[in-house]
Amino acid sequence: MTETEKFSIPIGPQHPALKEPEHFVFSVDGEMVTSASVRLGYAHRGIEKSTENRNWAQNLYLLERICGICSHTHALTYCLGVEKLAGVEIPPRANAIRTLVAEMERVHSHLLWLGVAAHEAGFDTLFMYSWRDRETIMDLLEQLTGNRVNYSANVLGGVKFDVDEELAGAILDGLDYLEKRTYHYLDVVTTDAAFLQRTRGVGVMSAERAERLGVVGPTARASSVARDVRIDAPYAGYDEYVPNLIGHTTGDLEARFEVRIKELFESYRLIREILATIPEGELTSRMPRRIKANEAFSRVEAPRGEVFYYLRSNGSDKPDRIKVRTPTLCNMASVLTLVIGQQLADIPMILVGVDPCFSCNDRMVAINRGGRSEEVWTWERLRQYGIDYYGGSH
Amino acid sequence: MQRLERNWNTAIERIKTWARTNSPWVVHFNSGSCNGCDIEILAALTPRYDLERFGVELHGSPRHADVLICTGPVTRQARDRLLRIYEQMPEPKFVVAIGSCAISGGVFQGCYNIVGHIDEVIPVDVYVPGCPPRPEAIIDGVVKLLGKLRPSPKPVIEEPAG
Repeated sequence: MTETEKFSIPIGPQHPALKEPEHFVFSVDGEMVTSASVRLGYAHRGIEKSTENRNWAQNLYLLERICGICSHTHALTYCLGVEKLAGVEIPPRANAIRTLVAEMERVHSHLLWLGVAAHEAGFDTLFMYSWRDRETIMDLLEQLTGNRVNYSANVLGGVKFDVDEELAGAILDGLDYLEKRTYHYLDVVTTDAAFLQRTRGVGVMSAERAERLGVVGPTARASSVARDVRIDAPYAGYDEYVPNLIGHTTGDLEARFEVRIKELFESYRLIREILATIPEGELTSRMPRRIKANEAFSRVEAPRGEVFYYLRSNGSDKPDRIKVRTPTLCNMASVLTLVIGQQLADIPMILVGVDPCFSCNDRMVAINRGGRSEEVWTWERLRQYGIDYYGGSH
Repeated sequence: MQRLERNWNTAIERIKTWARTNSPWVVHFNSGSCNGCDIEILAALTPRYDLERFGVELHGSPRHADVLICTGPVTRQARDRLLRIYEQMPEPKFVVAIGSCAISGGVFQGCYNIVGHIDEVIPVDVYVPGCPPRPEAIIDGVVKLLGKLRPSPKPVIEEPAG
């Protein structure tokens, strides 16, 4: 009876705990997880390569659809990069509106996450309440940009939408309501005994470990790693509207809940500040159609962490190469190491604790072991590779 | 005896249709979408829109579901999974394709890892366009599907006047 049997538990790509397709295999010894692996790529569409066939303006709409939750972040990162390549300064009012939409998006994303995380803990009441309140910010985003998701607020060289007095008033009213509710949520996640049993001391990540795994965003900040692109390398309007870094020291799930909820208060403060001091002026600057050969990168703090874009132009109206790195990929390693030694029932909570977004996540990486090479994969080669890799004749 | 059996079968069919249209269970699969449609489907299930008032319940297993809600274009890797999920669902089964990508590939048309839109892989009953469609549109799509399941009254052919 000394030998214990080990089971492998496959999860996904279609699974009640996952809203997106991804495949995990956990092996368990009784109730304890002993190893974990992930197979990424179910949502890999080939966006990076496709950008090379579209012109600079068309790519904005493609890249915005890398992720529906942080669509503004992707469009913003791309715009910042292209403006840096072209050497275009955008008007201060456009910068303020970009920052405004980015913070409103953070509010919607964090409320969404709070609901989904509560759902994974089996606390559906909180899920329903937080999604009900999230509709407030969704309505405001819709009033501002005309769409609930994929706002398309950016254009190269500025923004499309303006904020008037009436809308500013509506946003302030909405924030008052949300702020009241957020205090309530903070109270719930820090005092509800049943909920704390699922979060306190679960999935603890030390600061050293977070540093070593390269964790980003609120997940890193909950493990007392001071890392926020908005503060470290201000972009858009963040050099004027400076957020305070929200951190926590315990590094468990409770800390991640607290950090994200407290970031909501910070977002409310920033939105109020922007609306109070928004500069007058133009919304767009003129952008050239063709961009001279150059390279640039841009970094933006998405609700989940740092989004990184590398762009290279070759003098035509199309990019030569665009490389995207999203926060979920950085945080995925932490999930795979944190679950080891935890209870099987805590897996969904730990996974959701990093706020994963798989559609952002699925990139193709070819590792060249032969050292440095200038090899470029053609469209046809990538297509054939995909067909061979997935073993289909379709 | 034969007549009794026929009546019995009709009655059973009616009960099944009644049960199905009053409480369709749905399963959701994302075959490569950007997440936008998925969060709108979730929003449709939450208090503001409350799809559950039509008896619709989101379920985890395709084996329990009547309706498959699909989002996104079909990527090469997700294609077999989508087919497998569709095959696991018990008959009769229905498919709702949500969003521009599910209908035509949308913005991802021509990406190298895309097989195509949903109805190139499995048959689709209802299409809901939009990028992403609003929760109201998703509710409308599902309610249209429910209307399709109900037995329709026989069409009345009007005599042309004169």
